[in-house]
Amino acid sequence: MSRYLLRFTALGYVAFLLLVPVGFVFYRAFGDGLGHAWDAVTTDRAIHALELTLMLTAIAVPANTIVGIILALMLVRTRFRGRGLLNAVVDLPLALSPVVVGLALYLLYGRGGWLGGLAERGVHVLFAFPGMLLATMFVSLPFVVREVVPVLREIGTEQEQAAETLGARPFQVFRRVTFPAIRWAVAYGVVLTTARCIGEFGAVSIVSGRIEGKTETLPIYVQSQYAFDFDTSGAYAASVVLALIAIATVVLLRVFQPKEEVL
Amino acid sequence: MGIAVIDVRKRFGDFAALRDVSVAIPEGSLTALLGPSGSGKSTLLRVIAGLESPDSGQVLIGDEDVTAQPARDRGVGMVFQHYAAFKHMTVYDNVAFGLTIRKRPKAEIAKRVHELLELVQLEGLAKRYPAQLSGGQRQRMALARALAVEPSVLLLDEPFGALDARVRQELRAWLRRLHEEVHVTTIIVTHDQEEAMEVAGQIVVLNEGRVEQVGSPRDLYEQPANEFVMSFVGPVNRLGDTFVRPHDVELLLEPDAGCSEAMVERVVHLGFEVRVELVRDDGHHLTAQLTQEQAQLLELERGQIVYVRPSRETVFSGAARPRDLPQSG
Repeated sequence: MSRYLLRFTALGYVAFLLLVPVGFVFYRAFGDGLGHAWDAVTTDRAIHALELTLMLTAIAVPANTIVGIILALMLVRTRFRGRGLLNAVVDLPLALSPVVVGLALYLLYGRGGWLGGLAERGVHVLFAFPGMLLATMFVSLPFVVREVVPVLREIGTEQEQAAETLGARPFQVFRRVTFPAIRWAVAYGVVLTTARCIGEFGAVSIVSGRIEGKTETLPIYVQSQYAFDFDTSGAYAASVVLALIAIATVVLLRVFQPKEEVL
Repeated sequence: MGIAVIDVRKRFGDFAALRDVSVAIPEGSLTALLGPSGSGKSTLLRVIAGLESPDSGQVLIGDEDVTAQPARDRGVGMVFQHYAAFKHMTVYDNVAFGLTIRKRPKAEIAKRVHELLELVQLEGLAKRYPAQLSGGQRQRMALARALAVEPSVLLLDEPFGALDARVRQELRAWLRRLHEEVHVTTIIVTHDQEEAMEVAGQIVVLNEGRVEQVGSPRDLYEQPANEFVMSFVGPVNRLGDTFVRPHDVELLLEPDAGCSEAMVERVVHLGFEVRVELVRDDGHHLTAQLTQEQAQLLELERGQIVYVRPSRETVFSGAARPRDLPQSG
């Protein structure tokens, strides 16, 4: 009996917190008919926002995946002064409010900031793509590192040493032994990174300047629609696009992950 | 190829793992590095493999000084205690790994892998994953993998340590036969004196980062260089300054010349062997090892008074620890 109660509580909790709100968004998006929803997400402005979001994601995810794997290897496989500090710094984006990140970039690259001079030389970071990319990469850095570190710890170094004695050079050891062992951690990290990149609002919102049709990402578009243009069903429809991308990412992982990982 | 380790030192922080270790391993031999944990035996093996670099000293494989060479260039095959199987690869791919890295032709790899799988009796299991093998099978796979690259030296780091007693026993016998077939210079690290004596032709006894003695199993047992070796290679009774093996303790029911009185504390039946735990009238505890037949004749019982006499005893000279003495022979 208590087992069912526990199960019911857990499922109810998840439903109440996650499924009901997301379901409601879907429900409302199509409230004014499929046609209206479709029109709302196929305006030039909406399509540009989607493209911009995908572009930011397409650069930030591979960059943070590669750097994330390197950082994880450094943190687990090497000993150096400042390792503890690095470990803490990697978690900073998780702890820091995205608004603070945005503000920090704003101050750094803004007029009077340390790197404020770049704009005078024609390199525009704020209110432009580079600033938004920096903000996106900042907030999505920790995920691959945090997924890979515990797996690297768990697999230990014996397999790598065995490969080394069998004649493998360091990169061959990584490609043939280390990477296959951490690939699902990497994949999961990539999913989380992607979700974070697509969904990022706070930091990007500050550094982008929110210029319609230029520096407006999909989440910013959603908020604008809702808060300033009072087009709620348009906002819902765009939200659905965001939600679908997120769901697709998770589903892709499940599809490619073997049912029974042979370990 | 033969191996020479010359004056090797290795520290890990404050811990001296190896202190001036020199060892010669003859070509084609099967040598055991024997010692308790922390004695430096695994470190020595890893220094030979190139997985650790010594703080000072040299390692020679054949006539070549390999001290500065990375492990991948040394031509060693290594087997680890916990198998170090490549979990995401099949048995076939595990064994083929070294050859694949060397970009050998596919047909040649296939031929060699099948030969090796036959040698280690895993022919039917080429397509399995390590997780689908038993511990003993995994370790045989690891051996085949190490042998695939035709190493000049085979290094085994407590290879049977994670296996249960029966499988361990089988694999020891199997390793000895394999060595007779393959004849590659082999070093096996173990903390189990019985394993070392059963498998190896030469044993190097290590303790606290130093070599205590090098010799054949029989040498070590019959002429231990010092107290440490004596007590490490077999059970021993210490009676003041003298050391007596349990099978050299004579038990008599009547007093006789050279005997002292002792009381039976416990009689342990271990099949063919019977172990008798005694306390002598001077308070020394000792153990005697008898055959079942001898024990039956004596009709020993707990609390009984008997008379004990060492038939053979060993005394190590002086107060100086043997390792402080100049090395002899």
